[in-house]
Amino acid sequence: MGKERLVVIGAGMASGRVLEHLTEAAPDAFDITLFNAEPRGNYNRIMLSPVLAGDQTYADIVTHDEGWYAERSIATRFGEKVLEIDREAKVVVGENGHVPYDKLIFGTGSNPFMIPLPGHDLEGVIAYRDLEDTECMMDLKAGQKCVVIGGGLLGLEAAAGMAARGVDVTVVHIMGHLMERQLDEAAGYLLRKSLEDKGITIKLQANSKEIVGEDGKVCALMLDDGTELPCELLVMAVGIRPNVALAQAAGLAVGNGIHVDDQMCTSDADVFAVGECVEHQGAIFGLVAPLYDQAKVLAQSLLGEEAAFVQKSLSTKLKVTGCDLFSAGDFADGEGREDIVFRDPSRGVYKRLVIEENRLVGAVMYGDTADGSWYFGLIRDGTDIEEMRETLIFGPAYQGGDTADPLSAVAALPLDAEICGCNGVCKGTVVEAIEGGAGDLGAVRATTKASASCGTCTGLVEQLLQVTLGDDFEMPTAQPVCGCTDHTHEDVRRLIKTMPLKSQEAVWQELGWSTRNGCHVCRPAINFYLLADWPLDYQDDPQSRFINERKHANIQKDGTFSVVPRMWGGITNPTELRAIADAADKYKVPTVKVTGGQRIDLLGVKGEDLPAIWADLNKAGLVSGHAYSKGLRTVKTCVGTDHCRFGTQDSTGLGIKLEQALWGSWTPHKVKLGVSGCPRNCAEATCKDVGIICVDSGYQVGVAGAAGMDVKETERLIDVATEAEAIDVTVAFVQLYRENAKYLDRPYKWVAKVGLDWVKERINDLDERARLIEAFELSQSIYRKDPWAEHAAEKAERYQPLADLTLEAAE
Amino acid sequence: MSWIDIGSIDDVPLRGARKLKTRLGCVAVFRTDTEEVFAASNTCPHKGGPLAEGIVHGQSVTCPLHNWVFDLNTGQAQGEDGQIATYPVRVDAGRILIDGTALAARSAA
Repeated sequence: MGKERLVVIGAGMASGRVLEHLTEAAPDAFDITLFNAEPRGNYNRIMLSPVLAGDQTYADIVTHDEGWYAERSIATRFGEKVLEIDREAKVVVGENGHVPYDKLIFGTGSNPFMIPLPGHDLEGVIAYRDLEDTECMMDLKAGQKCVVIGGGLLGLEAAAGMAARGVDVTVVHIMGHLMERQLDEAAGYLLRKSLEDKGITIKLQANSKEIVGEDGKVCALMLDDGTELPCELLVMAVGIRPNVALAQAAGLAVGNGIHVDDQMCTSDADVFAVGECVEHQGAIFGLVAPLYDQAKVLAQSLLGEEAAFVQKSLSTKLKVTGCDLFSAGDFADGEGREDIVFRDPSRGVYKRLVIEENRLVGAVMYGDTADGSWYFGLIRDGTDIEEMRETLIFGPAYQGGDTADPLSAVAALPLDAEICGCNGVCKGTVVEAIEGGAGDLGAVRATTKASASCGTCTGLVEQLLQVTLGDDFEMPTAQPVCGCTDHTHEDVRRLIKTMPLKSQEAVWQELGWSTRNGCHVCRPAINFYLLADWPLDYQDDPQSRFINERKHANIQKDGTFSVVPRMWGGITNPTELRAIADAADKYKVPTVKVTGGQRIDLLGVKGEDLPAIWADLNKAGLVSGHAYSKGLRTVKTCVGTDHCRFGTQDSTGLGIKLEQALWGSWTPHKVKLGVSGCPRNCAEATCKDVGIICVDSGYQVGVAGAAGMDVKETERLIDVATEAEAIDVTVAFVQLYRENAKYLDRPYKWVAKVGLDWVKERINDLDERARLIEAFELSQSIYRKDPWAEHAAEKAERYQPLADLTLEAAE
Repeated sequence: MSWIDIGSIDDVPLRGARKLKTRLGCVAVFRTDTEEVFAASNTCPHKGGPLAEGIVHGQSVTCPLHNWVFDLNTGQAQGEDGQIATYPVRVDAGRILIDGTALAARSAA
């Protein structure tokens, strides 16, 4: 015994942080019981917006899983409501029984405020508060309609998240501009414009009158000017109210929230409260930073340490991709207040600083928020800015004798400046971790959680590493190829061309490789660079290729392989299909699957059988589909003018021609093409490395799309009138990519580095285009061959075991 | 020791490997760029990847499934808690000879 009994009601972000502090500082001080009405533990509620937008999953935002509570011997009672608290007997009464306490913490959070409009209780009317609400929004399909009431932080994040999923979203806001508590009118206007660019309809000064339903389900929102906005889901995001019912019933002092003092203690000395349910000096709290401050103070108070919660001014950022805004302090007009305003309409940049008696009291920034935390520091510290007033608007880089070194700004930040908003981590914590041995980004993430959620502060954390460690930390701008060399991919590529180096041995020797013959990371890259740059001089090295390319099939998790024959442009015929079916039977292929690129995949072929199955497929005229290669994979097509009533050109024919021109070419990463016969885009050409859309006037060639680790639409490279030109441009683009990209960068990553304009310039230069095509054809004269036929005929024995000792051992 | 002839050194690709079937599972036979020959278990202790299909570099091999790197002298995985069994092997007049006694004892490993 001797342990105090601590009961916590509510597993939210604030109480979660209290438990972290307590169990870290004094693991054995308390017997802890945790109640939560939601049937789960703690997750990072502010990251629901990225979950909704599809940037993260629920699993990513869980902060404390079952194991976490178990390790700390915290008794969890999830999904159980607390019915009442008997302060006389010091007992919490739950649905499943009593729990006595010595100390009690309220972390009951807040309830979303629902405007009592007629119809507010219809099915399909939700708040934006928890995982269930988020899931409701995620269930909406593209094209469905949703109305969001509330143009504040939460409402806009909900709207942007749904719009990103293709939902038709209308935001209804009662005020004259968006986020009026954080932004002035000008910034509100810019924000509105960029949200409208994302396809969101914004209705300002709009009064909701009634929610219209049909069969008990919401079908529209009616405004008081008679406008009817049809919708299948209505989200109310108009604010929160502290959840005080339980505390009130227990007889604690309650105003808007549960009254607490600086130590987070309520009117009962053994009862504490933390988070959104509290009222401290008349204020209630909805942002995460003060919640974490409270949590720390509460943990210290419980452990008998001196601590006091002090309200600080707050800064806000909106978690909407492409809307960069920052707001801090107070920016209302007032006597004695002066504004400094900076506008650059063409860049969509707006900054406004509010100054009172030579001190910065407020800052609003839109479009360029890089200096936000510096301004926030000036506001919070009440720094005298008289000396730097003339250049204040240009940010920290222009102050005093400092050069434009971005590090000086980070170095100048005070230790309590917040670095990571998601996890409430300040500079001091990060620096302490670095000084304690966390020498890289991963280690800082692991020890402090800074930059471990949305990641927008990653750059700052890296700069702190640089400031703290100095020369011991190398900024990750120039990553060497691997541990065998200090050179970057870009340097190695340049040196191979200029020195020139025409063999792997020359590369190891001349560039000072630290290993005998490289490793599994650099060898495939160097092998590719050499064969791309010197197709006639360099001999391809199969032993520097990953197993898939060495054996011309995809290795599967059980060591078997998958075999994909080429089907030009996705076209096949009964003879080929029969040959595939026969091969599947003969080699006992367990799975036959159609791939995402319109080819047939034979999965589960034994390594020894590969040459034999290839020989059989070759006999029917099928060749390797290179489904395993860093090379041309597939050209996906629709049926174009042949059969489709919308098709504008022979998209299948073009797909076949492209595949026949490009097959067998090796590239820095796999390359996939698509050709769609019309903008309906049945071949999904707009998310390919090269995607061609046929239109009446010709061919729109787009490049740098992606549908893998990242999803990205293609960017228009060029519009051409003829099929021949479309093929030329595609070949030239692929060759440009072969000549310049870093190994394992797909075209979209490479284009992002060099810039689409640079690529356009090269392709539009007709001399350069011709040179690229010629260089590609030269390479193809060596490499356009069917590896299956070659291996089946000449190297089949290499696929067999070296020897079979099973018989000898039995003798 | 009982040396068993399992083939010519030229049957194994330079900086490559071939697998050897035994009654107790497959062994991988490696040939480095300087004509050294090594023999070790073909099975990665991580997820069972076939090491004979890996990239051979220096005196190491990288598993083709998830890039665990093994030292062919000791069988120790680099930076990981894992090891593969290694077997005595030598080259005599261009023939690769492996120690049958060690192979037969591998069930104990």
